[in-house]
Amino acid sequence: MSFLRRRKATERPHAEPHDIDTETDDVHDKKKTKPRPKLRPKRWSCVDTCYWLIGCIFSAWWFLLFLFSAMPASFPQYVTEAITGPLPDPPGVKLKKEGLTAMHPVVFVPGIVTGGLELWEGHQCAEGLFRKRLWGGTFGELYKRPLCWAEHMSLDNETGLDPSGIRVRPVSGLVAADYFAPGYFVWAVLIANLARIGYEEKTMYMAAYDWRLSFQNTEVRDQTLSRIKSNIELLVATNGGNKVVVIPHSMGVLYFLHFMKWVEAPAPMGGGGGSDWCAKHIKAVMNIGAPFLGVPKAVAGLFSIEAKDIAVARAFAPGVLDKDVFGLQTLRHMMRMTRTWDSTMSMIPKGGDTIWGSLDWSPEGYFNCSAKRLKNNDINTADKNGNGSLESTKRVNYGRIISFGKDIAEIHSHEIERVDFRGAAKGNNLTNATKCDVWTEYQEMGIEGVKSVADYKVYTAGSILDLLRYVAPKLMARGDAHFSYGIADNLDDPKYDHYKYWSNPLETKLPNAPDMEIYTMYGVGVPTERAYVYKLTPAAECYIPFQIDTSAEGGSEGSCLKGGVFSVDGDETVPVLSSGFMCAKGWRGKTRFNPSGIRTYIREYDHAPPANLLEGRGTQSGAHVDIMGNFALIEDIIRVAAGATGEDLGGDRVYSDIFKWSEKINLQL
Amino acid sequence: MKCWRRRRTRGRVLESPGTRLKHEGLTALHPVVLVPGIVTGGLELWEGRPCSEGLFRKRLWGGSFAEIFKRPMCWLEHLSLHNETGLDPPGIRVRAVPGLVAADYFAPGYFVWAVLIENLAKIGYEGKNLHMAAYDWRLSFQNTEIRDQALSRLKSKIELMYVTNGYKKVVVVPHSMGVIYFLHFLKWVESPPPMGGGGGPGWCAKHIKAIMNIGPAFLGVPKAVSNIFSAESKEVAFIRAMAPSVLDSEILGLQTLEHLMRVSRTWDSTISLLPKGGETIWGNLDWSPEDGHGCDFVKKGQPSMSDNNLNSSNGRSCFQVKDPVKYGRMISFGKAASQLPSSQLPTHDSKEFLHTSASTNFNSSCGEVWTEYDEMSRESIRKISENKAYTARTLFDLLRSVAPKMMRRAENHFSHGISENLDDPKYAHYKYWSNPLETKLPDAPDMEIYCLYGVGIPTERAYVYKLAPSDKCKNIPFRIDSSADGDAGSGLKSGVYFVDGDESVPVLSAGFMCAKGWRGRTRFNPSGMATYIREYRHKRPASLLEGRGTESGAHVDIMGNVALIEDILRVAAGATGAEIGGDRIYSDIIRMSERINLRI
Repeated sequence: MSFLRRRKATERPHAEPHDIDTETDDVHDKKKTKPRPKLRPKRWSCVDTCYWLIGCIFSAWWFLLFLFSAMPASFPQYVTEAITGPLPDPPGVKLKKEGLTAMHPVVFVPGIVTGGLELWEGHQCAEGLFRKRLWGGTFGELYKRPLCWAEHMSLDNETGLDPSGIRVRPVSGLVAADYFAPGYFVWAVLIANLARIGYEEKTMYMAAYDWRLSFQNTEVRDQTLSRIKSNIELLVATNGGNKVVVIPHSMGVLYFLHFMKWVEAPAPMGGGGGSDWCAKHIKAVMNIGAPFLGVPKAVAGLFSIEAKDIAVARAFAPGVLDKDVFGLQTLRHMMRMTRTWDSTMSMIPKGGDTIWGSLDWSPEGYFNCSAKRLKNNDINTADKNGNGSLESTKRVNYGRIISFGKDIAEIHSHEIERVDFRGAAKGNNLTNATKCDVWTEYQEMGIEGVKSVADYKVYTAGSILDLLRYVAPKLMARGDAHFSYGIADNLDDPKYDHYKYWSNPLETKLPNAPDMEIYTMYGVGVPTERAYVYKLTPAAECYIPFQIDTSAEGGSEGSCLKGGVFSVDGDETVPVLSSGFMCAKGWRGKTRFNPSGIRTYIREYDHAPPANLLEGRGTQSGAHVDIMGNFALIEDIIRVAAGATGEDLGGDRVYSDIFKWSEKINLQL
Repeated sequence: MKCWRRRRTRGRVLESPGTRLKHEGLTALHPVVLVPGIVTGGLELWEGRPCSEGLFRKRLWGGSFAEIFKRPMCWLEHLSLHNETGLDPPGIRVRAVPGLVAADYFAPGYFVWAVLIENLAKIGYEGKNLHMAAYDWRLSFQNTEIRDQALSRLKSKIELMYVTNGYKKVVVVPHSMGVIYFLHFLKWVESPPPMGGGGGPGWCAKHIKAIMNIGPAFLGVPKAVSNIFSAESKEVAFIRAMAPSVLDSEILGLQTLEHLMRVSRTWDSTISLLPKGGETIWGNLDWSPEDGHGCDFVKKGQPSMSDNNLNSSNGRSCFQVKDPVKYGRMISFGKAASQLPSSQLPTHDSKEFLHTSASTNFNSSCGEVWTEYDEMSRESIRKISENKAYTARTLFDLLRSVAPKMMRRAENHFSHGISENLDDPKYAHYKYWSNPLETKLPDAPDMEIYCLYGVGIPTERAYVYKLAPSDKCKNIPFRIDSSADGDAGSGLKSGVYFVDGDESVPVLSAGFMCAKGWRGRTRFNPSGMATYIREYRHKRPASLLEGRGTESGAHVDIMGNVALIEDILRVAAGATGAEIGGDRIYSDIIRMSERINLRI
């Protein structure tokens, strides 16, 4: 480098005398030589320095890149093993040594937001994105053209189907949800382990669907349910009559519940499979992180697009949906987009006050949050019930899913003055809708409406529905046509033949399949959102008028209130109550929800955070998505897929208080 | 970049056919099934040896081919099949990539189906009415069912699409080897269960509207012969044709061809592409259907072709050669042997060397790579070359002697003859199903069969061989004699005789069945379903910027041909063959077919 520069410097003295000579020549020559740039004095020249610098940087970069690609694939693992000692065998390898082989075909049903979506037809701004992933993958387009992206991800506000000129469709095949983003596995670990004992494409099937649509609309628009039915029939037929093991995750659990009703229902509305279809084709349904009775997070998501981590979407894509992407109006853009997604409404808490608690009572009433924190550190989970003693904790009113102000959340119910919001007039527009680029339904509510909502003070699971119907009438009108959140008094009522009840376990009977097994597998030991403290936003134009009051803190060490959110035991997204209740009580034995007495098993996995960074997301995690890499869970699944029954696995495996809480729930069975 | 390129074409805005037809009001009607051909489909690893660690569910075939550079021997080992069963070797499971991604792009930027898919999407196709029937193209067709249930899956998929799209029959678009794979499927699906799919005799009539074969290799391709015989042809056969520079000889060391031969000889499917119909179709020592059409393609391929005046089809610079090229001699040893009258050729009984081939000096320690040639004695190799000329019939004796294991395996799965009596119960066996000359088409009078292929590119038809100089390690003992060049009009160039075709498949193979074998009500087509020939004249891309061109007729590039795409879109949207204009012929296929003396 230095050599070259020096040589240039020595050239200049030669050039200068030459120029002086030519000046004495005639005018033509002078004209020619005048614009010669070499006359310039020694100046700092970019050509010399910058290019050299850039060159060096690039060569170094290429060299590093070369080293990286030359690195053997097992290098990271080698480093990990050097630090932490040898890793345990992945469950697939271990069980293969035990002699397990592929037996029952496996069907995966991905949950909300984890499935990829790709573009099939778009507006001008989406040119070049044909069959590229809009959702999942790198989310590159989100940064490049955020508004275009949001436009294409939205559905029609009235029909809940495609807007005109836009077709966004689910990616199909195992690639649909094996990785959500590069390096962020969802199903990949499970698939890899199943492959070890002999599974492959012909014995595994990813039932990918468009998770933005309501469940019945996936059939109306894409015939997804028909495709799943046909694929399961094919799997059974081509694998020697072995029934399938279905593994739904998160919202996929509800989707598959819907499917089981759909497939046996007669043809115009259902799939016409006949009343023994499930008995003939399904061996077991192994629900992972099941939100059977909904999740409180969905309420915060719908109400103000925020929850501890901006509801469901942010929970899965941390960092991706940061506020800076859309500018300041992120949340409102997000809200407009997610409010067109009918599926979010399938996760609203079901069963009302009976399940989720009333103003003064809740099944989890005396849950001790500090016990949980202790447990995270030392894995000794032996006796948890002793920790949660009455004296050490203040009772938490979990039943009040939304309260305005921290004090309201804690005082006794007869001290609260409530003003019914339902009659309140909506007039008096908060602001001129045209002034804001982003339009949400809050603009139509007007200042009166907002105030009356806050005046009602406290909302339980039952009144939440009225609240949502008030603040988002269009959304709920669409949602009420596709989902129902109640409890059936009489399951034989012919009205329950309608598809809107099919995804609610409290309003449907399980199919008549006495040999089928239902597992619910979920993580415990992670604080999970259960109730919220809200406040009114300082009135700004064009803004969501409600906000979680992040200043509301519980105070003492053992308090469950933190940053405006009351938490209970769960898997970070779904509270134990929602994932466990149906298997612990609602379907246990022969009940009215389970007339044929399908056996149910609860398998809980205690959360243990990864020991160090190199472990990635851990092999003993209990978090909602990370649990898919939990070795114990994978082992359970592989054993069942290879032919074991729930008894062979060891029946129930419970760490939480789910049985105690279930007993407190007064539901006619 | 892509749209810019398209817009610049010939100085005016050229809409893609999908957009144009959408403006005409076409919308998706019939579900479409795409059946990829050989080598274009991706393969991924599901279980492997330790050397393949970290490649789980990564593509071994297709994509960037990165692994071939990093660990070539490991790669070869995993792509080979078992030498005796033609199925997986123990401990290795390589499977076809499913879905549209299987064959939309072969390598980054090298489209196969992508352009067609994009245009179909423009008129409303999407995942629910567009299906890629990916299969493991290395296996024999029946083995794809035995190992992967690929045929059952295809059947179930078609039935499902038929029902969920309002009982609209499907349009099937197979390409290259996919054409005969789908022919196999047609027979399989209607045959009774133990061997077939049990769909019953009306299945095809009920579910299929049309089969639009692109670049069909109905009667096989001569390229397959040289590929199996010596793992070379003009560009080492299909593999090299599709993946140029990937399989360069430096990568695997000096023994590339031998390695390649060993791997590709475990692939049963290559046998399905051997010429079918013997001397009746492909010609004997003195006669061939293409006689008198030796065309100087080498000059023709140049830009002078660019006039797309339809009337000029007969004005091609075809010589009426006095001494016709003997295309029937598919392999001849020495240029002279390819031109002599047959009376002057030495006559050896081809059976003779079959029996002398027992190994005499088998020495496997010589060279790391072992091909079946090492088992052959010097004596039998000499005898093979003494026989001088082989036709499509004697060729099989030749291959049986040089690759006995492969042919033994493959002949359980494929047959290459012509049937005398199609009602003979032996034709219920699956090995006949992919040969159009030994099967009847299904009873589906409303179904349509299209032959869509490119013309105007010199295509390999016959070879001049020589003995390789015998070095210490006997590797492949035969080589194409690349020094054999004919004079301008003879069609011989570097040891290869060329005829009209799409660079891989000669017109004869692609067009004969539609032009004559199935035309009208014949014994091969008892229900008299309609057949249409649509030829696309090759035109080179005008500039580099055009990429692989929108009017190409080459075997794979034709998938980006706008005229072909338009035809497919129209049929998918409901048009019949008559509505898109019936036959469209540039080549001499009708005359050639007439010269073939086949009872129909």
